[in-house]
Amino acid sequence: MKILQERIKHTKFGESLIIETAIRIMVPFIQLFGLYVIVHGHYSPGGGFQGGVILGASFILIGLGYDFKTSLSRMQEKTNIILGNLGALLYTGVAILCALMGGLFLDYSALDKLIPMGPIEWRSFGIFLVEVGVGLAVMSIMVSLFWDLCSGGDLDEGL
Amino acid sequence: MKALAFVATLVTGAILLYGTMDFPAWGDPQAPASVHLSTHYIEEAVAETHVPNIVTAVLGDYRGYDTMFETIVIYCAGLAVVSVLRRSR
Repeated sequence: MKILQERIKHTKFGESLIIETAIRIMVPFIQLFGLYVIVHGHYSPGGGFQGGVILGASFILIGLGYDFKTSLSRMQEKTNIILGNLGALLYTGVAILCALMGGLFLDYSALDKLIPMGPIEWRSFGIFLVEVGVGLAVMSIMVSLFWDLCSGGDLDEGL
Repeated sequence: MKALAFVATLVTGAILLYGTMDFPAWGDPQAPASVHLSTHYIEEAVAETHVPNIVTAVLGDYRGYDTMFETIVIYCAGLAVVSVLRRSR
């Protein structure tokens, strides 16, 4: 990693106007596509894991094209950790809520007692909630792994 | 020692190959995997969950427990890297 950092420091990779402009234009569309993949998982290939990885890749792209500080300023360290925990908790929370409402663990149709909109519709919507949780967790873990591995853990410099 | 390891590998491989002889033919429609649950998923998944994509229905609903622990595994991987590498400033 140190050798890689030295090599990148010598090339003008981070200061290229073309790369920075291209990334600035591309990142909103990449994030929109990531959200689309998560939400449209019901109708097409996709889902939480894939969409989460795309969302995480957009932040990694900022870190690669600009520098580490810019990536950290777009996504706060604390927010990232909160989002990751929220994603994992959303999945387990929905599952436990199903059990509390009188159904089986992860039986989304039991949530019909909470908001009545039909047990079958709740099974569809429960899958959606769970996919959002997976997407949040995967995105935050991807970004966190990238930050920790490229900066050696002190989140100060690197790349 | 190397020869012993080689022989052990060969014996294990031979046992595994012998075990695969009981498998049904590849793509056999009468295989247990094809007749036990797959037909139920293919025929009933859309009516039971209102999700047109059967893969998502199986992943999120029928096999929700599996997907939950996949997420937990990824979460634990991130947690391990953070706890080993990250230093407070």
